[in-house]
Amino acid sequence: MLDQNANVLDVANLKTVFNTRDGMVHAVNGVSFSLAPGELLGIVGESGSGKSVTMMSLLKLLPMPPAEIQGGSITFDGQDVRAMSEDRLRRLRGGEIGFIFQDPMTSLNPVFNVGFQLMEPLRVHMGMSKAAARVRAKELLELVGIPDAERRLKDFPHQFSGGMRQRVMIAIALACDPKVLIADEPTTALDVTIQAQILELIKDLREKLGMAIIWITHDLGVVAEIADRVAVMYAGQIVEHAPVKELFRNPQHPYTRALLETLPKVEGPRNERLLSIEGQPPSLSEAPSTCEFAPRCKYAFDKCRTDNPARIEVGNSHDVACWWDPTTGGPRDA
Amino acid sequence: MLDGTKPLVRVDDLKMHFPIFKGVLRRRVGEVKAVDGVSFEIYEGETLGLVGESGCGKSTVGRALLRLYDITDGHIEIDGSDISTLSGEALRDMRPRMQMIFQDPQASLNPRMTVGSIIAEPLDEHTNLTRKEKREKVAKLMDAVGLARRFADRYPHEFSGGQRQRIGIARALALNPKFIVCDEPIAALDVSIQAQVVNLLEDLQQEFGLTYLFISHDLSMVRHLATRVAVMYLGKIAELAPRDALYADPKHPYTQALLSAVPHPDPAGDRQHERIILKGDVPSPANPPKGCNFCTRCPKVMEICRSETPEWREVDAGRFVACHLYN
Repeated sequence: MLDQNANVLDVANLKTVFNTRDGMVHAVNGVSFSLAPGELLGIVGESGSGKSVTMMSLLKLLPMPPAEIQGGSITFDGQDVRAMSEDRLRRLRGGEIGFIFQDPMTSLNPVFNVGFQLMEPLRVHMGMSKAAARVRAKELLELVGIPDAERRLKDFPHQFSGGMRQRVMIAIALACDPKVLIADEPTTALDVTIQAQILELIKDLREKLGMAIIWITHDLGVVAEIADRVAVMYAGQIVEHAPVKELFRNPQHPYTRALLETLPKVEGPRNERLLSIEGQPPSLSEAPSTCEFAPRCKYAFDKCRTDNPARIEVGNSHDVACWWDPTTGGPRDA
Repeated sequence: MLDGTKPLVRVDDLKMHFPIFKGVLRRRVGEVKAVDGVSFEIYEGETLGLVGESGCGKSTVGRALLRLYDITDGHIEIDGSDISTLSGEALRDMRPRMQMIFQDPQASLNPRMTVGSIIAEPLDEHTNLTRKEKREKVAKLMDAVGLARRFADRYPHEFSGGQRQRIGIARALALNPKFIVCDEPIAALDVSIQAQVVNLLEDLQQEFGLTYLFISHDLSMVRHLATRVAVMYLGKIAELAPRDALYADPKHPYTQALLSAVPHPDPAGDRQHERIILKGDVPSPANPPKGCNFCTRCPKVMEICRSETPEWREVDAGRFVACHLYN
């Protein structure tokens, strides 16, 4: 590591497009963020907002073509990821950067037992012997709270329940002591009681292992529970970014505000009617030149329809990409 | 509350077991007890929320209620007629009164039919309207669910998820049903679109006087929508209560755990309920535990829970619980 305050991951102005038969799809439009060691960054957005594509772009996990990273820089631990060779990237993936996917059934290989899949990264990345890897694999299963670990190593993915499979995925992602763990909707496919178990496990593992985590989700509730900082994505851009408490106490972007208002809660006062965001998300067939949220925004004015706002610092490490100022109810002076 | 209104749907000890066949001779070796004795009533004009985790049998209840299955045991009465053993033409005559909205709008719409013909299909099947009358009715239905009339000649793939769900809703409304089973109608949609569909369902309920069974795993949405809520666990109803009472003061330990597990979208605010983390997984419905279904994971388990099945009893006005703690 370079020094104590260095970010483990820096992404600046990342742009990813897909060249499809029906034309270009601008999935990621100039995304910038950074991740400090040991920090948990939540990325929130609806389907199609580009949150998964952003993370896949980091490690070039997208099929290219049709995907193409058009611009931006990615710096991991002081090294330029975009300039890395395929070999070096392979060591990064699953070695220094761990990945957890949404659906543990489709991301585990059904024809190998769990022990084999756990030992694979250990042998490939860490060069462990079979015996050493087996010992470590057992420790990892114990770490993620799977009882009777020794015996379970011989079981196949279908013999595990959904929650247990996700624990196995987490164990594999943690196998090589990654500096960064990217979790793409890891609890979306799970029931709430199992989700609560996994969230507890992640909190616990963070304390023990201290890796940085990027947690992608569409659930603001989950973010509120575990994240340190939150970035809200819409139409392939980060529209708001703030420490978690600040974001929920003082949301600035009309989209974030609407999302928070539309959410029904299990506690507290209950609205007679749900507030909804009318309209549909944009199709992303062109690079954004205006504010992409303007057609659905109740505060939009002329400038929103002609200029795409950049992210503006509003204090408390909080920034927002919006021309409208909620404190005055008028245009922001910038 | 609902005094004076009469139940539209009455379910008594409904059981739905699916056989398991094994071996070369496909001998019956056991059964999955997807629904194992549930009883409840749904009053006219109300929304009964049915919540539970995946595999608890909530969708099976919804489907069995509309007799999409031949039920194993029990009685179902809808709008005064017992439909539990009806078959063939007699059952078909009941269909216009009860309809269903499905979870996956992609899978429940025929990709080779236009939106107009999808919505008109129930009319083709159950009415003798002329072609012109049908077209008029379809246009009215599309207005009611907020789809532009000019979309009638398009195909389902040309629509977004929220719009597809609107098509499914229009189809369910075509025959002026009294009772609609909504099986996770918003689970596949994004948050901002969910609110649009939920508001639509509420408006339609007002306008047409509909009664809903709203099946969902989303506890916060059920709190918004339902009049009363039933909580299912492993084929049985653990608790049934009016909405506000259930969310303010859950009685069954499973309801308590379930409510406390919902992430709270406010990092600063204090939680009303202490977080309860349940250990382990749901047992298999093919081999449910002896005694109370929840005894393997219950934080308040007692000796009696492992041997005797708790009775379904009314502990307070309109509040039903199946738990030994309230004996």
